[in-house]
Amino acid sequence: MGATVNDPPGGPLADHQPRGPLADHQPGGPIPERERGGVRVGALGPPDGTSLPGLSLPGRVREAGPTDAVDGAQPRAVVSPSSTTETAEVLRAAYEGGLRTVVRGGGSKLGLGNPPAGVDLVLSTERLGRVLEHAAGDLVVRVEAGVRLADLQAALAPAGQLLGLDPPEAGATVGGVVAANASGPRRLRYGTVRDLLIGITVVLADGTVAHSGGKVVKNVAGYDLGKLFAGSLGTLGVIVEAIFRLHPAPAATAVATAEVAAPGQAGSAVRALLASALVPSAIELDWPGPDGPGTLTVLFEGIGPGVDAQAANTARLLADAGTPGARVLHDGEPGQGGEAGLGGGADRGGEATRAAAALGALPWEAGQLGVKVATGPSGLPGALATVWEVAAAHGLAARATAHAGTGVLRAGLDGGDATTLAAFVNGARERLAPAQAGLVVAEAPLEVKQGVDAWGPVGDALPLMRKVKERFDPSGLLSPGRFVGGI
Amino acid sequence: MVDRQRLIERMRAVLGPGGVIAERNQLRTYECDGLAAFRVVPALVVLPETTEQVQGAVRVCHEEGVPFVARGSGTGLSGGALPVSDGVLIVLSRMRRILEIDYDDQRAVVEPGVINLWVTKEVAPRGYYYAPDPSSQLICSIGGNVAENSGGAHCLKYGFTTNHVTGLEVVLPDGDLVHLGGKAPDPPGYDLVGAFVGSEGTLGIATKVTLRLLRKPEAVRTLMAAFESADAAGDAVSKIIAAGIVPAAVEIMDALAMEAAEAAVHVHYPEGAGAVLIVELDGPEAECTHQFEEVERLCQEAGSTTIQIAEDDDQRALFWKGRKSAFAAVGRISPDYYVQDGVIPRTALGAVLREIADMAEERGLRVANVFHAGDGNLHPLVLYDGDVEGEEERAEELAAKILFACLALGGSITGEHGVGADKKKYMPKQFTADDLDVMQLLRCAFDPDGRCNPGKVFPTPRLCGETPGKRHVHPAEQPGLVEAV
Repeated sequence: MGATVNDPPGGPLADHQPRGPLADHQPGGPIPERERGGVRVGALGPPDGTSLPGLSLPGRVREAGPTDAVDGAQPRAVVSPSSTTETAEVLRAAYEGGLRTVVRGGGSKLGLGNPPAGVDLVLSTERLGRVLEHAAGDLVVRVEAGVRLADLQAALAPAGQLLGLDPPEAGATVGGVVAANASGPRRLRYGTVRDLLIGITVVLADGTVAHSGGKVVKNVAGYDLGKLFAGSLGTLGVIVEAIFRLHPAPAATAVATAEVAAPGQAGSAVRALLASALVPSAIELDWPGPDGPGTLTVLFEGIGPGVDAQAANTARLLADAGTPGARVLHDGEPGQGGEAGLGGGADRGGEATRAAAALGALPWEAGQLGVKVATGPSGLPGALATVWEVAAAHGLAARATAHAGTGVLRAGLDGGDATTLAAFVNGARERLAPAQAGLVVAEAPLEVKQGVDAWGPVGDALPLMRKVKERFDPSGLLSPGRFVGGI
Repeated sequence: MVDRQRLIERMRAVLGPGGVIAERNQLRTYECDGLAAFRVVPALVVLPETTEQVQGAVRVCHEEGVPFVARGSGTGLSGGALPVSDGVLIVLSRMRRILEIDYDDQRAVVEPGVINLWVTKEVAPRGYYYAPDPSSQLICSIGGNVAENSGGAHCLKYGFTTNHVTGLEVVLPDGDLVHLGGKAPDPPGYDLVGAFVGSEGTLGIATKVTLRLLRKPEAVRTLMAAFESADAAGDAVSKIIAAGIVPAAVEIMDALAMEAAEAAVHVHYPEGAGAVLIVELDGPEAECTHQFEEVERLCQEAGSTTIQIAEDDDQRALFWKGRKSAFAAVGRISPDYYVQDGVIPRTALGAVLREIADMAEERGLRVANVFHAGDGNLHPLVLYDGDVEGEEERAEELAAKILFACLALGGSITGEHGVGADKKKYMPKQFTADDLDVMQLLRCAFDPDGRCNPGKVFPTPRLCGETPGKRHVHPAEQPGLVEAV
């Protein structure tokens, strides 16, 4: 029967007791198993497509289908609030109903992290799609979480500005990029979410709306909750608005690119680049496999004479560091490169812009195992060699790309069954641990994830992270189990 | 009430007799930080030399139920290191070793008492530097910078302390030791480094700090342009930003600030100028040269009367010396002054300047203005004479009104000096009760007993077990602990 979530008193939800946010909380204790608190999850299903307990938002709720599953966990309903107020209403209702909620933006990072312990509700940010304020003179933009990053870049472009985030995932939303701490090649120049996010509005599990930071770049009033939420993968609250500092879009692009024969050679080249006074936007490595060479690409963005001189200097510097034969790519006629880089427009640029647009692609296909190893620049050659060795030992092919200037390696593994792939993760993690290089599973088939911890060890701060989680989401309803240490 | 003698004995057991100060006269040395208007003599001062001693001291506080406050060099301007009268002041100035420099990964690991400028001095021979450069960088400590998320003139392009700290070793308020982040990027888990930096000593004590080092730029160009008014100088800044140029630093000083700085360091500012604008560009030679010409042209376009270009490092240093000594220099033109720190969206500069001028005139006071103009961070210096009846009160009131003007324009009550004891009363004007309660959740995760730098940042912190809606006076705000503002 279609018992809905709006059952009147005496109905299926009558015995539910709403709990206060901090009630029954035992500081330092384990994150409680989700207490159903008398809520019958069955009361939700099948949903009638229009309602949630205590919530009346016509047209915002629909029944979940198989494509709404999060790493194998099937939600019952998808709700898409269209404002901060509606998001707060939804979360309050979910909180009172004890519904486990996973936030979804573009869906491009739903495979990140461990499979959730369970999902009742997917909260989609698809209706939170407005660019609220672009203060061009202040180089600041305020946006709703559901705005797609590509759309935001397109909105900023006429003012000659950009948000310095260029993650590879197509369709990623601003909220998702923040929640997943997604980054791309230009992190060398602009940093990551933590460096660009200056204000945030979040809704906690119990519906409380809170802000931190603001519209000014320089601001030390109060705790920086933006940093806490960046990379928290929907486990602390729902990001509804974000304020970013912006950068002027570069007018010209130039690229120097060279073949490298071995990880150690690439390492020497990168070390020389970083020790020089050159200011590249990105230093990227692409290595299809251990049997062939890799490609090192150095990207410069700025003004014409500046980037051309830097690219030419790069070729000389690479030759001195043992990597001769670098090609320097320009965009040709002035003005052609004006649309370079972040957010598209690649087809309008020249050779350098096209090369820049190709940077940062993920070295795996959907459904393959993808891992990320963050080492810092000096540890990168060793980490790459380790990944290859362990992959070979398990009969796997490994394609790698790296943000070599910051020391972030990504590898896609292909060719084995789930057991083999899980063995690779655990084996590589063990081999990388002495170098303090953590390995994170960025994407994997569910069967692989069931055999590994996506995050690996996080050290002695885990108990503190659990305490943070317990304070923000004491009932453990938000993205349960997806984050580090089972948070 | 804690037995003070017992506390002294326990602390001596942890730190040795040389690490504990209990004499009333000696304790007075520590009664305030850079904000001398607030003074509290602590029950005890301890001077640990190792992480283990910090842990030991904090553990004693935890076990005895005694609040504690960490202090670096004591240069803070918001009373963030103001002691608690029944509490222990933990002074980190003996932990001043640079532990490791890793040039390949561009990181340094230092103890919290290391002075900001020492880091740059240590790595300069290899062509590196540590970017955040608060005006007090000759004496302020890295630990204090971490607590306050210190800025500086060059943070427009390079960011604040929070952008340059990648790892922390922290003694939590119960004495446990945790390692947050590290040298490598993107550590999995919550970004507790990001949460800790700028938390003003309320979440624990950092005992090791991993810093980013930057490669010195190939070229640096600095000019000082004179304008008829600060408003006109602000207009030049708008043109520079609109041209897609991100200077390393953009600073404005008005006539009164120039007058003070001239008296102190003889920069030879142009006669009769209403304001000077300092613009510094850095980066690759070709780009820097090209953009510098453009900046010069834009300054002229905005009506600059004279433009001086730093011919060498000495002249550049002189331009900066005038700017960085402006606060202290104001002492030469006024018996007393109040340093304010507010932020506005940069484009609102003209509006806020007119408002400040009007409000100052109404009250018969003078305000010298110094701004980090690139990021809208204002430092109005409210001049007054404490010997004139009522003037101090008027100055305080004006300083507060300036903050409210900043907030009305969408800004912040502090850009770099912190909230501390000084501005916690204004927090509810910038944030809602829910905002503050949610921030308190973070506090409770780190410090459920509220013993770590109590009475700072938050006006009426909720007790950690408390349900929303009910508020109690925090134990640290009971009379005799902290003079509630």
